[in-house]
Amino acid sequence: MQTRDRLSVDASTAELLRELVAHLRQNRTQLREEWAQRITEAQLLTAMTKEEVFAEATSVYDNYVEALSTGTFEALQAYARNLSERIIPRGVETHEVVGIVLLLRDVLARSLFGKYRDNFDKLNRILDAYEPAANRIANTVAVGFVQERERIIRQQQEAIRELSTPVLQVRERLLILPIIGVIDSQRARQLTEQLLRGIRTTRAKVVVIDITGVAAMDATVANHLVQTVEASRLLGATVIVTGLSPEIAQTLVNIGVDLGKMNTVGDLQGGIEQAERLLGYKVIPVVELSATT
Amino acid sequence: MFDEVIVPISSDLDIVAARQNARSMAAKLGFAPIDQTLIATAISELARNIVRYAQHGEILLKVIEAKNSSRGGLMVVARDEGPGILNTQQALEDGYSTSGSLGLGLPGAKRLMDEFEISSAVGKGTTVTVKKWLKSL
Amino acid sequence: MEVPILKQGEVLIATIQAALTDNDLRTFRSALLDHVVRSRSRGIVIDVTALDVLDSFGTRTLSEIALMTRLRGAETIIVGVQPEVAFAMVQLGLTLEGVTTALDLEEGLAYLNRKAKNLRS
Repeated sequence: MQTRDRLSVDASTAELLRELVAHLRQNRTQLREEWAQRITEAQLLTAMTKEEVFAEATSVYDNYVEALSTGTFEALQAYARNLSERIIPRGVETHEVVGIVLLLRDVLARSLFGKYRDNFDKLNRILDAYEPAANRIANTVAVGFVQERERIIRQQQEAIRELSTPVLQVRERLLILPIIGVIDSQRARQLTEQLLRGIRTTRAKVVVIDITGVAAMDATVANHLVQTVEASRLLGATVIVTGLSPEIAQTLVNIGVDLGKMNTVGDLQGGIEQAERLLGYKVIPVVELSATT
Repeated sequence: MFDEVIVPISSDLDIVAARQNARSMAAKLGFAPIDQTLIATAISELARNIVRYAQHGEILLKVIEAKNSSRGGLMVVARDEGPGILNTQQALEDGYSTSGSLGLGLPGAKRLMDEFEISSAVGKGTTVTVKKWLKSL
Repeated sequence: MEVPILKQGEVLIATIQAALTDNDLRTFRSALLDHVVRSRSRGIVIDVTALDVLDSFGTRTLSEIALMTRLRGAETIIVGVQPEVAFAMVQLGLTLEGVTTALDLEEGLAYLNRKAKNLRS
């Protein structure tokens, strides 16, 4: 559901909300105190000090009432993400954030019961006005928190991916990327990214991509392979593909690749030797070497 | 962070502004650097279309949420009231040239993003809507 | 915004900045060709390290520069393409085919030096 920016209300509901907001602002100090106490009793936000809880409680309260007052939730969303950014590193968890917002909703609701207890009809109408807004607020804050958490998790995943790379540096300026098993499009993309970054950091001039261990490739993955070769060239590196099976060769031809233009060698060993030649190393057979000593 | 930004497009400088805005929104949303580049590149192509063919238009950048989950994403709407495209199907098929002067950048934007929609009427204008979603964790 | 073009022996070095507009690129292309003609350079290194996006227009311009300098007997090398940028480019089918590329300025200059040496020997 696309978040609508404004809660649509009719004139009478708007009037009730105004009355409600006035009440909440008037009793701000008392209600905020009550809420803070409930938070402590529920043992929430234990990772934060009392002063911190009070400070955050104050801004949450004010933002809450502001959202009720304007009927728009953009500012609240921004605030929720901001708040999350601050408290997540402190170890605050999702259930705590949801918990404190629900507690605030309850504290305010009870305050309304108290104020309008002599006018049942009015109380009903005020609650009718309050509830959708309060629920929307709880939702907005919770989702904001979860999204911020996910953003952080993504960042961490990215960092882990960068550390755990299958790209191997065997010599100066030479990288090997052995691919084994089944690769799907997503993994292929990951490998390409890692390889390109590897080329940059190790200043590789030649890359050997070994696909001996890959049984088959669909057209999409084959395309990724071609793109990897092209992208590596943009970084000044030559790619040698080794271990190309007849089946995969066919797949490549099917997607329009000119195999004549692609640098391929039968096996990994041969590929490394060719790479070394390209890099200017002289490949001397061991027998010859021992003969000269 | 603002959930919605509108970048007016009428000059070269605006193309740069549009893609810089897009990149920073994508970064704040949690898109990986590579996806930020894909998004910025797609927007560069769409913004350029507006400048080249319609002279004026706007690019709307909006944070969106998937229908049945809370998965987030970025929506880009490139709007103009320019000459419009007679045959959008063909515009997409003609493909981008690596060296030619043709290529409306539309196939490019389509390739780089997850969803692509175009509506255009000759004499009325063109609206291109593209979306990119955050991958599930 | 003007792209600085430096002369180092027979080689011209141009460093492209991040927020370059289409017009800036066109201006650069003319300025570079001017330089090539006036200085009779044999090689040009265009450093795009700072570019966070290289789209169809940018790629086309670089290809055109490479072609035009070749007509003048000079070779243009593009260096510094960022990994993410290279990835996006190939997704769009922009491969800079026929244009020499190298990892960075150092590699680019080394290539041109080797080439010059080979020509002389």
